[in-house]
Amino acid sequence: MKAKFLVPLFLFLVLVGFLAFGLGLNPREVPSPLIDKPAPAFSLARLDQPEQRFSIDEMRGQVWLLNVWASWCVACRQEHPVLVDLARRNLVPIVGLNYKEVRGDGAIDARGMALEVETAQAISRARGWLKAHGDPYQLSVLDIDGRVGIDFGVYGVPETFLIDRDGRIRYKHIGPVTPDNLQKVLLPKIEELKRAG
Amino acid sequence: MELSHKLRCLVCQNQSIAESNAPLAVDLRDQVREQLEAGKSKDDVLEYLVERYGDFVLYEPPFKTTTLLLWGGPAALLVGGAGWLAFRLRRRQAEAAQQARLTDAERDRARALLAGAAPVAADAPSAEEPRS
Repeated sequence: MKAKFLVPLFLFLVLVGFLAFGLGLNPREVPSPLIDKPAPAFSLARLDQPEQRFSIDEMRGQVWLLNVWASWCVACRQEHPVLVDLARRNLVPIVGLNYKEVRGDGAIDARGMALEVETAQAISRARGWLKAHGDPYQLSVLDIDGRVGIDFGVYGVPETFLIDRDGRIRYKHIGPVTPDNLQKVLLPKIEELKRAG
Repeated sequence: MELSHKLRCLVCQNQSIAESNAPLAVDLRDQVREQLEAGKSKDDVLEYLVERYGDFVLYEPPFKTTTLLLWGGPAALLVGGAGWLAFRLRRRQAEAAQQARLTDAERDRARALLAGAAPVAADAPSAEEPRS
């Protein structure tokens, strides 16, 4: 058999290779364009002291995690023990971004709700949830309308951002943090950034 | 708003934010509306979203060096394939033409046959087959 007759077969196998690779990719994971860029500045009310605001500048000089969560988010319940455990190990501070606590809940229609009312409800729900499930956060802030979430390119909950000492986003984890990806991906990156000082 | 039709809903990824009922789509529609009302241009709004969500938020992939293969690939394959086909056909034609060319002896023989004379083959016994 002449070798040239194998060319179409070879080309076909190359295409099959591409298909196999593509099928292995997850379309739900949209890569973030914010990697290596400065984390968007924000100033939001703190969950523990709502009259006070928190801005990310306060974290300058530290490597830290920003975890997007809400009490209505089922997957957050799944990852929460992992975060509580991580917090106990004292390796990296975790700041919680409480995302659309009231209006994000499918069971609540917050349209027409006054902002103060919605905020008060968000505070009580969030605090209640953390009391019940543990609080791994150095502090949590209230993103009532989700605008800060949009600035971070949040399109689902939970999401976790790894931010370095200069305030740059270095890694975005989509979906719940599992012990496996904590061990294999997140912790090594945290170590690396901490060493970089 | 036509701008909303050009943006993908990242939750229901096969719908635009104009069509989707996902909460994020509602939020993004509000953002788009607010910004346009505040006087931002369409390009400003698109840039705002691409900055945060990446190129995937645009329904139509932009024309950049990274997407050159995506845009140009099919056309390049078509031109390449057609070119290859043309090349092969021409070569086959040339080969066929070459094979069809007669040697001098064959041409003389052909002439003789056409003129009606008996075929005189160098190696065949003389068999007379007069043609009318």
